[in-house]
Amino acid sequence: MVFLSYLISGLSLGSVYAIIALGYTMVYGIAKMLNFAHGDVIMVGGYVSFLTMNSLGLPSWLAVILAVVVCTVLGIVIEGLAYKPLRSASSLAVLITAIGVSYFLQNAAQLLFGANPVVYIPVISGTISLFDGQLNISVVSVVTIAVCIVIMICLSAFISKSKMGKAMRACSEDKSAARLMGINVNKTISVTFAIGSALAAIAGVLLCSSYPTLMPTTGSMPGIKAFTAAVFGGIGSVPGAFIGGLLLGIIESMAKAYVSTNLANSIVFAVLIIVLLVRPVGILGKKVREKV
Amino acid sequence: MKRTSKIFAVLMSALMVVFAFAGAASAEEASGTFKIGGIGPLTGGAAIYGTAAMNGAQIAVDEINALGGAVQFEFKAEDDVHDAETSVNAYYNLMDWGMQFLVGTVTTTPCIAVSAETNKDRVFTLTPSASSPAVLEDKNNTFQVCFTDPNQGIASADYIAENMADAKIAVIYKNDDAYSQGIRETFIAEAAAKGLEVVYEGTFTEDTATDFSVQLTAAQAAGATFVFLPMYYQPASIIFAQAAAMNYAPTWFGVDGMDGILTMEGFDTKLAEGVMLLTPFSADATDERTVNFVKTYTEKHGDIPNQFAADGYDAVYIIYAAIQAAGVTADMSFEELCEAVIAVMPTIAVDGLTGAGMTWAATGEVSKAPMAVVIKDGAYVTP
Repeated sequence: MVFLSYLISGLSLGSVYAIIALGYTMVYGIAKMLNFAHGDVIMVGGYVSFLTMNSLGLPSWLAVILAVVVCTVLGIVIEGLAYKPLRSASSLAVLITAIGVSYFLQNAAQLLFGANPVVYIPVISGTISLFDGQLNISVVSVVTIAVCIVIMICLSAFISKSKMGKAMRACSEDKSAARLMGINVNKTISVTFAIGSALAAIAGVLLCSSYPTLMPTTGSMPGIKAFTAAVFGGIGSVPGAFIGGLLLGIIESMAKAYVSTNLANSIVFAVLIIVLLVRPVGILGKKVREKV
Repeated sequence: MKRTSKIFAVLMSALMVVFAFAGAASAEEASGTFKIGGIGPLTGGAAIYGTAAMNGAQIAVDEINALGGAVQFEFKAEDDVHDAETSVNAYYNLMDWGMQFLVGTVTTTPCIAVSAETNKDRVFTLTPSASSPAVLEDKNNTFQVCFTDPNQGIASADYIAENMADAKIAVIYKNDDAYSQGIRETFIAEAAAKGLEVVYEGTFTEDTATDFSVQLTAAQAAGATFVFLPMYYQPASIIFAQAAAMNYAPTWFGVDGMDGILTMEGFDTKLAEGVMLLTPFSADATDERTVNFVKTYTEKHGDIPNQFAADGYDAVYIIYAAIQAAGVTADMSFEELCEAVIAVMPTIAVDGLTGAGMTWAATGEVSKAPMAVVIKDGAYVTP
């Protein structure tokens, strides 16, 4: 029973990582860039929903929608202002810009909301008690896991079935060929960012609901862990990010529970190193042969 | 207000008697306007501590100045955002201003950095609340108003041994934080000496301070009925929320860092119901001095003062007592003042809000008796 509780904590943590990792992996897969500001968009989502519920007193479902809308717009604006002008620049320049955007968002939040951590009131609360109270699961954990699975399925279907998804895959394969085929590459990449940021907003709400605290740096550690999860699962692969996120969460929980709370993070990253040594492309990553 | 100042006049004259004995050796009468600087986090995650300590110090300065005696104070507080580097810069700013005594810094990590500087420059330093022994180590100019961490750990274990000897104890602490680790070490040692049963120990770090579900499940599985939390209030607030979500309700026991949880923005105080903590100050105490302090503080700042406010308040009165005992004047340099005051610190006894008859060892450690309080209906009460 105790094992089950550990597993559920791990799954719940892993689902949050997975939702964030989905955003990372999608942007990487399609725009071929690491959007390090992704973690901070999560924080913005958290603050938007927090302010909607606490300062405006609006219901939580509206807070979620508002967070998604604000983050989507923010994602498009960031992409348009910071990344679009660098479309033909080296990928290192874009990476540095992304780090700059990340710091900008963090400091802007600190200026606007202050550095004090605030207590986030979960959008969903309650506990499910099973086996005569031996197993207590918070509802938000269950919702997080469910939302994560739904998003993963929708995203996979969207990318493989829809017209926009096809355009995205084309851009990912070869940008200039896609352009020749009449695909609006800029628009496609903007849409990718919009979807990634909308996911970040949902991740923000779920993250803050599971771990009820919010401050300007809230997004950075989960962002790094989720990036790890994306690499772990094979960056660029949607199911890979999902599996990577879940595995990372479960490994972290189990390491904390059965090995040592001191070593939990070391174990997580040690597993990552081993996986990458054996499979450099990650669990579900595709091997790309360079043509000589 | 008249009544307040009358009471203080009486109290101060009572204190004077103490100083008269202590200061018998010095021929000169202390006089002049001394410049006291204060450093603490006024913004950022630890702002509750710094703001409270500086507000408390300001109240003490105003009171002493209102007495119109020969010794007057000028007070200036600087923000350090609970960051060591910023804190040292704040110290330089205050030195440019002409600071002669430092009330600070409020939190441990910056204080270790700043007290190293003040020891080198010879500025008398009295920290209201930085409780690590590292703050005092090899520095004869630095004194504490609060207990050292080891003392908190020992006092907590002693209290539990006395009142709840058969408790099954779990400890959750932050192992990248000197404060949390220091208390945990002495607590575990003293618990073993007193025959207390520690069934589980879990840790977290700055990076993992959001998810405690595993530690809490393990503590519950180990049968812990009592959880000792030597940490600041912010992670504690998450622990309470997550424990409530999993229907785990042990007796929570915190230390002085837990103080402040009730004034945290957005925190549901119901979650902290029944939390016990060891603190030298309780705002609901009925002695006249505490009642007056709480009244003045509430009038000025709108909320009930926590322990840090009382620490800051006491710090100024301790410097006041030491100045009287040493018989120094404000035209002396900060180096001269420092040596004169260091010499008298081990000889004086001060009655403050955070303890009656506080005395100091030459190392800077204070001795006073702690008191346990429990949170009930969103306020501290004595059990």
